[in-house]
Amino acid sequence: MLRYTIKRVILMLVVFLVIISMCFVLIKLLPNKPAEQFGKDMQLIERRRELLGYNKPILEQYVIFVQRSLIGGDWGVSEQLYIGQDVWAKFIEKMPATVMVNVYTMIFAVPLGLMLGIYAALKKNKWQDHVISTGVMIFVSVPSYVYAFLVQYFLCFKLKWFPFQMNSGRDFFSWSMFVSVIPAIISLGFGTVAGLARYTRAELTEVLTSEYLLLARTKGLSRAQTTVRHALRNSMVPIFPMILGEFIGIIGGSLIIEQIFGIPGVGPLYIASITSATPDYNFFMLLSAFYTFIGLASGIVVDLSYSFIDPRIRMGSKK
Amino acid sequence: MKSVKYVQIPAEKFAFVPMEGRTHDKKLETKPIGYFKDAFIRFAKNKSSVVAAIIILILVLYAIIVPMTCQNDYTLSLTDTMYLNYAKLPPKIKGLEWLGFDGTSRKTVNNATYYTYVALGIETGLDPIVEVYRADYNDSTASKKTTFYDLKVNNYYLMGDAVGMIYMTLTPDQYEDIQAWQDKTGIQVIYPAIQDAKQTSANVWYVVDKKGAPTLKNGELQPQYKTTTPSDTSYHSIRIAADNDPEKPLAYARVTGTSTAKSYVCRICKYTYFQYRYNCEPCFAFGTNGRGQDILTRLAAGARFSFILAICVSSINLFIGAIYGAIEGYYGGQVDIIMERISDILSGIPFSVVTVLFQLHLSKKVGVVGALIFAFVLTGWIPMSGRVRMQFYRFKGQEYVLAARTLGASDRRIMFRHIFPNSLGTIITGTILVIPGVIFSESSLTYLGIINLESSTMTSVGTLLANGKQYLSTDPFIIFYPSLFISLLEISFNLFGNGLRDAFNPSLRGVE
Repeated sequence: MLRYTIKRVILMLVVFLVIISMCFVLIKLLPNKPAEQFGKDMQLIERRRELLGYNKPILEQYVIFVQRSLIGGDWGVSEQLYIGQDVWAKFIEKMPATVMVNVYTMIFAVPLGLMLGIYAALKKNKWQDHVISTGVMIFVSVPSYVYAFLVQYFLCFKLKWFPFQMNSGRDFFSWSMFVSVIPAIISLGFGTVAGLARYTRAELTEVLTSEYLLLARTKGLSRAQTTVRHALRNSMVPIFPMILGEFIGIIGGSLIIEQIFGIPGVGPLYIASITSATPDYNFFMLLSAFYTFIGLASGIVVDLSYSFIDPRIRMGSKK
Repeated sequence: MKSVKYVQIPAEKFAFVPMEGRTHDKKLETKPIGYFKDAFIRFAKNKSSVVAAIIILILVLYAIIVPMTCQNDYTLSLTDTMYLNYAKLPPKIKGLEWLGFDGTSRKTVNNATYYTYVALGIETGLDPIVEVYRADYNDSTASKKTTFYDLKVNNYYLMGDAVGMIYMTLTPDQYEDIQAWQDKTGIQVIYPAIQDAKQTSANVWYVVDKKGAPTLKNGELQPQYKTTTPSDTSYHSIRIAADNDPEKPLAYARVTGTSTAKSYVCRICKYTYFQYRYNCEPCFAFGTNGRGQDILTRLAAGARFSFILAICVSSINLFIGAIYGAIEGYYGGQVDIIMERISDILSGIPFSVVTVLFQLHLSKKVGVVGALIFAFVLTGWIPMSGRVRMQFYRFKGQEYVLAARTLGASDRRIMFRHIFPNSLGTIITGTILVIPGVIFSESSLTYLGIINLESSTMTSVGTLLANGKQYLSTDPFIIFYPSLFISLLEISFNLFGNGLRDAFNPSLRGVE
């Protein structure tokens, strides 16, 4: 097990390094000359870029990048978006908003999704199941920004329950802040609830028809007992890693939802760093590294969690 | 073992096998059912999938037929500023007015604006006020002198916030042409000029006070038209009813420019001008967007683009993914491990990074769309190759493969003639399910502003959404139809894909 974990982590680091190197080279290959503009001191800009090392050969810059950023942890200063400010500090400053919205979403979406899924599985092929399954099908398919429009139009504009955008400021635990993120939570949560409900229903129906449940029933356990003690536990084996993976993946946030609801998170920062006239190298590299890392790490955590939940599963074994 | 004692069969019951003629098995009376036919029968039993397939068919037909039949300069051009006058018109369908598609909306306006509406109705006969909910009331938040009206207005007569009339500068030719059209059809486009030399608003043809409220006489508006002499014959077409004094006819244009290059500044009614220009009354089934383009045709053009993009991407993905996955799965071992790592690395790159880099690097050489296709293909084939790989692992140990190999078939032949057809069901399902994914990603990327597909001849569903979001609270229909389209598309493709998967692989039924 330990061997397998170490192997996976090392492999992940290699993949991570390759991706980051590719991103670095590709972004540096872009033509990057700031446009001349009235009121800009071009000489000053050129001098700054010279000092930042942007005129050195790419390979040399790459070595510096690996030494300073990947090993040293110094990700440099911003050149475009927040001129002169430390990129890492800005990133940390933007992080709480993203994490808060996503944690709230999970808190409300996971129990709801599980409950709906379990209910649908228990009422299999009855009208309750059909209603839930149809709803799930619709909610899984419709893109999240469509919910965002609906929520914004009906709840924010027509009924005026919530503000259009998230409050600015950093008091993340105040009531008004919570109210202002509810639209974003709802729009983000629909997809998660539906996905989870669908998966839970599928897993649980499979377990419920298995033979050991029949045995448990013939031994004299009540239906509730068999469901809670046997079926639910076993169906959680694939579901729990999925929740875990979603939890990690969701830290990356949803770029679109963050933009629609004006959440001052990392998503808009990332888009701004690549869509501005000249890319902001340091922001781009830090955020690319962040998103890549999140993606790879969630894969590993999901794989490893299987064997923690169910010791019978041996990941990486030959059989 | 106990030997069974048979009852002796008498000799006369035996008969010789007839030598002439041949004994046959009974010939099959029904048609044999092949793999695809079987799958089709199973698919046809799944009602929701069939409905989904029909919806997809309708959407595809809509995307193909509508741009072909309705395409004209008006729907596609972005450059003519005249279209801006027809912006944000709500949906109106002739014959379906009772369903709410009547082009009306609720509006609260102040006193001065209310009278411009009334004036428009009096002058042109196109009364924009359908119903007055609440008249002449004071709002506690505004000043006491201003009063407000709650109205139900016909937006097609109003034509936006600038209200029905605009000033337009015409060349002598255009001026004559409009007049000729007026004579022919009897519909008036040009209305009399106003004395107000500043030309502040083309709608205020009546006497107003400083605040813009009309000065009424006997409860009626006081016209302030510009008059001319009977010798002026530049306008010789339909005149309004009030213009009945042959000694002092009204002037229908303000003449500017030099004597050799005259131009006529006219008050034009937008509604009838539309009829003059496009030979039909303005009537948009899905309304118009912020630039005055018809959403029905624009959405169809966008949908067509999205479909073509998705089909291109999914067929390229299928091609690359099938070959890659086949090699991986068939050879296995060391080859598999190395190739899996390559696809691992590729799939690890965040998609938005790929798109941006391709946009920045390639879009100058192969265009925005080319760069987008590259970005989709770079990582898009990986799920497909994974699927094919699994199928190959499943089938390569089976007896028929062994038999083929024993008979001396080459690797390539075994891969593509023997194993590949067996995994076709999974591959078809995978290819179909890629299409909504591509459309969704494209719309997200355009929505975020990472790619820009807007041009005079091209648009996409995502572009329509991105352009419509600023009108969400004021004119929700602009964003409603593209959203409805994409939602319907995603739902029906998912249902359709699930149905296909169940049909091709019944053992997977019910597994999501």
